[in-house]
Amino acid sequence: MDFFDNHKKLFWTAFLFFVVLTMLVAIFPALNNQRNYEPLPNAEPLSEDAIAGKAVFVANGCVACHTQQVRNVDMDKTWGERPSIAADYAGIHRTDFWRNTATLMGTERTGPDLTNIGNRQPSLDWNLVHLYNPRIVVKESVMPAYPWMFEVKKHPAEGDVVVNIPEEYLDGSAGKVVAKKEALQLVAYLQSLKQTKLPDGSPVPEFLYKRAPKAQPGAAGEEEQLDGASLYTANCQSCHQANGEGLKGAFPPLKGSKIVLDDNPELMVDIIMNGYSGRIQEGFGPMPAIGTTNNLKPEEIAAIMNHEKTSWGNNARKVTVDEIKKLIETVKVKSAQK
Amino acid sequence: MYIKLSQFAICMLLLGGMMAPAKAQAASAGAGNFAYGDAFLISIGILLLVVIAVAVSWLLVKTKAIASRENDIKEASKQTMLDAYLTNLDSGQIETLINVSRQKAAPGKGRHTKAKLLSLLTGLFLCGNSTALLAQPSNAASASLSSEGGIIITVVLILTPIVVGILLLVVKIINSLKQYQNKQNLAEAERLAAYLKTLPAEAITPELQKRKAALDFQLSHTELSGNLPAEDEIGLLNNIDHKAVLPIVAVKKKAQKRPNIDPQLSKLVLWYIGCATFWLLFGTTLGEYLGIKFVAPDADHFSWLSFGRLRPVHTNSVFWGWASLGMLGLGYYVVPRVSNTPLYSLKAAWYALYLINAAVIIGSISLMAGLNNGGGEYREYIWPIMLLFGIGLVLTLINYLKTIARRTTKEIYISNWYIVAAVMFALVIAVVAYVPLWQDGLGETIIQGYYMHQGVGMWFMLFTLGIVYYYLPQQLNKPIYSYSLGILAFWTQILFYTLIGTHHFVFSSIPWALQTVAIVGSAGMAIPVIAGTTNFLMTFKGAWHKIAGSYTLPFFLVGIVFYFTGSMQGTAEAFRSTNLIWHFTDFTVAHSHLTMYGIICFFLWAGMYAVIPRLTGKEPPQITVGAHFWLALIGLLFYTIPLMYGSTMKGLMWLEGKPFIEGVVFMAPFWLWRAIGGSLMWLSHLFFAYNFYRMIARNNTIDVKTKAFELLSQDIALNEEKELAG
Repeated sequence: MDFFDNHKKLFWTAFLFFVVLTMLVAIFPALNNQRNYEPLPNAEPLSEDAIAGKAVFVANGCVACHTQQVRNVDMDKTWGERPSIAADYAGIHRTDFWRNTATLMGTERTGPDLTNIGNRQPSLDWNLVHLYNPRIVVKESVMPAYPWMFEVKKHPAEGDVVVNIPEEYLDGSAGKVVAKKEALQLVAYLQSLKQTKLPDGSPVPEFLYKRAPKAQPGAAGEEEQLDGASLYTANCQSCHQANGEGLKGAFPPLKGSKIVLDDNPELMVDIIMNGYSGRIQEGFGPMPAIGTTNNLKPEEIAAIMNHEKTSWGNNARKVTVDEIKKLIETVKVKSAQK
Repeated sequence: MYIKLSQFAICMLLLGGMMAPAKAQAASAGAGNFAYGDAFLISIGILLLVVIAVAVSWLLVKTKAIASRENDIKEASKQTMLDAYLTNLDSGQIETLINVSRQKAAPGKGRHTKAKLLSLLTGLFLCGNSTALLAQPSNAASASLSSEGGIIITVVLILTPIVVGILLLVVKIINSLKQYQNKQNLAEAERLAAYLKTLPAEAITPELQKRKAALDFQLSHTELSGNLPAEDEIGLLNNIDHKAVLPIVAVKKKAQKRPNIDPQLSKLVLWYIGCATFWLLFGTTLGEYLGIKFVAPDADHFSWLSFGRLRPVHTNSVFWGWASLGMLGLGYYVVPRVSNTPLYSLKAAWYALYLINAAVIIGSISLMAGLNNGGGEYREYIWPIMLLFGIGLVLTLINYLKTIARRTTKEIYISNWYIVAAVMFALVIAVVAYVPLWQDGLGETIIQGYYMHQGVGMWFMLFTLGIVYYYLPQQLNKPIYSYSLGILAFWTQILFYTLIGTHHFVFSSIPWALQTVAIVGSAGMAIPVIAGTTNFLMTFKGAWHKIAGSYTLPFFLVGIVFYFTGSMQGTAEAFRSTNLIWHFTDFTVAHSHLTMYGIICFFLWAGMYAVIPRLTGKEPPQITVGAHFWLALIGLLFYTIPLMYGSTMKGLMWLEGKPFIEGVVFMAPFWLWRAIGGSLMWLSHLFFAYNFYRMIARNNTIDVKTKAFELLSQDIALNEEKELAG
């Protein structure tokens, strides 16, 4: 056929065919997207430190293992309150003359999603210890350690952020571990990663592929089914550790803790729902309001509390869901009064 | 044969073992809401059972036949049966018979074979048992993960080798049955011999002798030529230079040297392939180290070697360094050859080589130093670095096009369609990916999805297919099966592949319709893939025997197999239901290695082993080519299969809402397997580099004969000079 034997006709046709398809599936949708979406009205722009921290995040290729997208499927509920929407990324522009836009949505989840990490793990101390070597706080972690973002000083200057590192991770060097600027900036960026609330009245996108509720033989009370241990693993363990002993000088133990063993669960509920900074003098970091930020239901909180009250040799009275429901209301009012 | 089969059987059993817990796990996952794929999977299961049932019943019939034959022999009148053998004897037999009848010795007895039969039946029973085991995993997988199209496709892909395995087992059993039958025949032969000894001599001798004389008649072979010795004027008879040595491995066919290749072009192609080999070693050494880091995350604490920085160095150096340079080098041989004209510009080709190498060197350093483009996979190089690569491609495109424009053939061979299109499309892709106009916010992600997949499908796959369309027919020494299928695959590949980019972002905030288009496109990919596979396999038709005698064809065959399975797996992964389980897990990593390694690398090696000996006239040692092939193949399977299994389980754990860290802990053994498989793959690359060296190295061994004649001619020249001087 003449057409196939004429290189100009043949290659121009193939070229145009490809270019037209490219326009249809890539360029037009992309242009359309950037024209039609604005950042949410209450979205907070990144602070200067957080912008520098994002550059550290990009430079070290963190996106290879951490996604920043909550998909609209039920299994992703762990990572955010709602599915991510185009508006969440609309405020991200080209980094600079040399570097492209970095939405950092990622394609691999070897490590946890970070869309909402600023809410899920806001603690500066935890983040710094974890950066220095993730295995200090999460033994099973395979994340790289970033000790070069820290330096060891004999006499930390005022304003230096000292990180409490267990001795076995110090390789014998004496002195205090101090976070360098890039570590602090990186943590500032992580702390800034929070899902923006949708404006009131706007429709919330749904999570699809809902998990089928497990069939229950009779109504044996919901707290029975919830697995306190695995909720503890997901929400508390990274600081307080699997053995409940916490981390010396950073996170207090729950094993034998007065608050946990107390017959009156009010203070414990208060700490879970509103956070706690009562033991900063002893060197422990402030506890984030994990119950609120992680959207834990009263049933889940009761299951976690009961797990903590009865594990590692703890032997305290178990709480009921109704009791916790009431207490949550009480501590809400309290914190509002503060 | 025995060892191979038993190894295969062990592999199948291991596979079965691996899949058995899949059932338990998935059942506890409560996958009750999946239903409609069941019918299909059940029918597959039934089909499998039918295959096994047929095989087993066939074996039963066969063994019964043997057993009844055993009985028959015992019962039947020996005399009549043995007499039947006497009717058609040849000359030698007659002579023996005559001799024997003179001697008259006492008859011996045939052995009893009952014990042997028993042991054989036990063996059969065991085989039957193991086939039952083999059948179980496939059924288990289908019943438990009986969810959706994607999984069904995967199951079918896994089942195919299992069925082949069962068939191989049957063949093996048939062979052992045959052996047993031969033993029976031997026993009968002994009886016959004994019987023949008993025959009276005078009864048969004269008649047999006459018959023998008739049978022994032969021509003298000199009826036409006479008795004079042949005159060997053109050296056909007395110039055979062949020494037989004891081979360690099977001797494969030697490559043919082509005398009319421009030495300058040879040098260019060899340099491209040499640089590619360097980047292969460099890139996969890093890859190997990254795999180890999953097992030992504290292996080092240098910022330049940390996982996040090193990973893109690995991917980019094997993409732009190894695979791209390898393809371009092979392309520089193919394009002028099928156009039957010299290359347009050698100079431009050298510049392209410098530029691409420079891009990968500078890119690798900048990535390790922490300067990258912003996290989009495979476009981690910032634009000035990628620009070097782009200019290299522009030079190549012009060079290829001008060469084709000056072709002396009427038609443009299909290889050149694929190769030129790949270079054009790669440039389009790079421009789309690096121009900032449409990359604000989510635009970046839409472009990213397009770019990362077009890079794979339109650059690597299209170019490599072009290479296969030339080198495969050349190595088989027959034309491609169907030109039309090649053309169909070409246009459908462009149509469907261009659409599938965003299937990397299914369920993300990218427009739902765009995701659907991508999924439909992924399904459409079945057309070019099946067309291509059919075309290649049909080209093999009638030439399958050549595989055993060639060291390039096995690479082609593996490439073709993975071209089909790897690509279809990609389709299976794109469905929403499978995406739910596999997305974000190591399944993607396994898939990309099945395809980029199983397809692209194997095809490239095939092409390289085909072309380099033609350029240099030197062959790699067969034993190291074999080591390269098997280590790469086995390594790839060790790498991918555990990773696919582990990540499926991990995806199910995520679906169940298990804490994230449990998935990490669960993956540990599978990451270890990945590191082991990776090590084998890496080792195979060392063999490849050595082979490459052997194919280009100057031969320093002095050939006695050549040297002797060289000395002699020097001598003559010297003498002549002396004479002149004198």
